[in-house]
Amino acid sequence: MIVKVVLFAMAKELAGEREIEIKMAESSTVGDLKRCLIESYPSVGELVARSAISVDHEFAVDAQVLDQGSEVALIPPVSGG
Amino acid sequence: MIAITNKPIDTESVLKSVQSDLAGAAVLFVGSTRKFTGDSETLKLEYECYEAMALKKMEELRDRANEKWPIEKCSIVHRVGLVGLGECSIAVAVSTPHRVASFEAANWLVDLLKKEVPIWKREFWADGSTEWVHPDGAILKRE
Repeated sequence: MIVKVVLFAMAKELAGEREIEIKMAESSTVGDLKRCLIESYPSVGELVARSAISVDHEFAVDAQVLDQGSEVALIPPVSGG
Repeated sequence: MIAITNKPIDTESVLKSVQSDLAGAAVLFVGSTRKFTGDSETLKLEYECYEAMALKKMEELRDRANEKWPIEKCSIVHRVGLVGLGECSIAVAVSTPHRVASFEAANWLVDLLKKEVPIWKREFWADGSTEWVHPDGAILKRE
């Protein structure tokens, strides 16, 4: 399946794209996605390691299984306020 | 009022939005762009957000605050885009029957927003460089 990942802030800047597509096996997890991101986008790797993944606007744990239709985003450490 | 806006925040209206005959106290917190961080000089800030998730998380924070304090009304407004020196980037207002709860709840809301709501700021430093701020210690899970 193809998982689209929305990027923000420094991650967007490092990747040079607002959204990236990662090809993954069916039933892949959030943890798998993080590993794929680090391999496919080494420039973003250090930031991925300390970022969260959100699925449909909720923080996801590494064991969560991804669906093709879900809205997935990389959430680097936040700095609002 | 829970909102994200790319226009200047009318802090007076945020305060008014929480005032009520049932509340003897209302606290308004205003966060604004500061010129110096240590020796580094800031020219302006830029905020970016993941709007749908940020609004959801702000609403959740309001709901959690409602469980912890006897809140009459609560408003959280965050600005995105470029925010100049001294301009307001966030306004949080809380009203409660008595004063202490308003102060505590407003402080808690700002603390948690800075840890859990997907909003990011970029520094435009006076030396011409820019820098997205991604703090090491940021917690992304519920306390």
